[in-house]
Amino acid sequence: MSATLSASADGPATRLAFAGVLDAAGTARLWPEAMRAVRGARHLVLDLAGLTALDTAGAVLLLRLERAVRETRWQGMPAGPVQAVLDRTRQALANPPPPAPPPLPPLAWLGRATLRQGGDLLDQIGFLGEAALAGLDTLRRPWRLRFAETLRHLDEAGLRAFGLTLLLGVLIGVILAFQSSIPMRRFGAEVFIPNLVGISLLRELGPLMAAVILAGRTGSAYAAELGTMTVNEEIDALRIMGIDPIAWLVLPRLLAGMLVMPVLALLMDLSGLAGMAVVMSSLGFPPVGVVNQLRNAVKLRDLLGGLLKAAVFGLSIALVGCRAGLTAGRGPRAVGDAATAAVVGGIVSIVLLDGVFSVLFFRLGW
Amino acid sequence: MTEPVIRVENLAARFSGRTIFEHVSFEVRRGEVFVILGGSGCGKSTLLKHMIGLYAPAEGGTTILGQRVEGLAGAARTALLRRLGVMWQSGALFGSLTLAENISVPLEEHTDLPPEARALVAQAKLGLVGLGDAAGRLPAEISGGMAKRAGIARAMALDPPILFLDEPSAGLDPITSAGLDALIRQLARDLGTTFVVVTHELQSILAIGDRCIMLDKEARGMIAEGDPRRLREESTNPVVRAFFRREVLA
Repeated sequence: MSATLSASADGPATRLAFAGVLDAAGTARLWPEAMRAVRGARHLVLDLAGLTALDTAGAVLLLRLERAVRETRWQGMPAGPVQAVLDRTRQALANPPPPAPPPLPPLAWLGRATLRQGGDLLDQIGFLGEAALAGLDTLRRPWRLRFAETLRHLDEAGLRAFGLTLLLGVLIGVILAFQSSIPMRRFGAEVFIPNLVGISLLRELGPLMAAVILAGRTGSAYAAELGTMTVNEEIDALRIMGIDPIAWLVLPRLLAGMLVMPVLALLMDLSGLAGMAVVMSSLGFPPVGVVNQLRNAVKLRDLLGGLLKAAVFGLSIALVGCRAGLTAGRGPRAVGDAATAAVVGGIVSIVLLDGVFSVLFFRLGW
Repeated sequence: MTEPVIRVENLAARFSGRTIFEHVSFEVRRGEVFVILGGSGCGKSTLLKHMIGLYAPAEGGTTILGQRVEGLAGAARTALLRRLGVMWQSGALFGSLTLAENISVPLEEHTDLPPEARALVAQAKLGLVGLGDAAGRLPAEISGGMAKRAGIARAMALDPPILFLDEPSAGLDPITSAGLDALIRQLARDLGTTFVVVTHELQSILAIGDRCIMLDKEARGMIAEGDPRRLREESTNPVVRAFFRREVLA
């Protein structure tokens, strides 16, 4: 029998009589009516004589009614399970959670955020130092580097990214050539499209786009893999075994990131130029003319400068990804957060480094 | 003797041609605490997952509250699952939700309780397992033992008539473990809740178990059934004796 409720006046008090099975479904149905009935009441009589069964939701309703008024009198309490459920729920609700701490005043909030960011920056510098020391140690004792692990990462970060890099490279070359052909046609300067696309690809877009691919594919994978190892206490296990996780796990990834990026950037450059050549051909320029134009416009230093940038980008992305993984918190959410931090941090770091390189190359006259 | 609420008939589990167990048959009666015990790797948790329909059996099947679990789909399956609570070995709490929100999930999905009632029920369930002051914490911020207790609280959210507990006291300190055992006995007595508990914790088995079955890895099936205290005293099976007396098997 589903629960029923009848409300009546009992002298100065409000009488609520429950009957039937007061389970979650009955409670959900009777909750608004019961709350309405006790609104403004000071004295309450809870008559449970007709109650045949009670679950936690029902007990919560009765205790909530008791709390809503100044004085409650219980009547007709059935012995046995109903009483037991009510007592147990009352006892369970006796220790409410501590109230949330009040929000910090703005100045204290700013101070705490500054301290946290400062601490994070120090950690980053510390991680960079640890990686540099581990790298120097490996230079002195190269046989300690895990070559098989490094090869695995070269394969995963490099070879398996070739298809995507080729596809994006061709598309970027095609898009750049088409987009630039529209304004250049107005000046009859379409012949200079290879100059524009060649220089922008080799110096800037090739390394940058390859780095974005590496950050999205590999930086996040490093963070997720190392983050999972952190959550599973594998990193702690390594430390306890006297093995430096930086040398064991981070160095192979840094080396792979640094070595694979120039290759990806070169692939991006070449596929972009091929895409541009296709567009030029469709505009009526023979391949020989495009190649000659490129040879006149593009210098070896443009290519080498781009490849140098790519290597530094690769190192930076791997560093950011590994650090995000090694500093992951606990739980499955931490791994997702680490992967996000790796991608965001990786892209921000390559844009910052690109700015540094731009100033450097300008000063050097490259 | 009360009527059976779970009937397992000739159940067999095989993965990639490897038999985990076979010819497993038993009944669980209303309001009893039924323990599935055995050594590590004998298939206790696998049996539990077969019983609740997560794994399809190679042979046989399970009937819960008069309904055959295998082949049950759609609304009928949801209706049956609402009447079961499962506590997983790790707690299996949702990492992005607080403990109170974790417990509110089944309440939100399966009842029309207003938000205030849901919050109070969640608080009551947490209080019941001694976590009343941790309602606002995330699973990543609590210990493994607390996660286990929160998992039990979530399993009990809808006051199901049958609760399946997978290794509830493993990894808990003796005081918490004893408290949990007392809670299981209390719920079985007061509400008539039926418990199916997978465990190899000897003290818990003897404290809470009305009846039990024992699985064995070598035998690939059941090797004993009955009152755990009687099995401890009377069984002539060397594996059962070694298990209950913590002896090294010759």
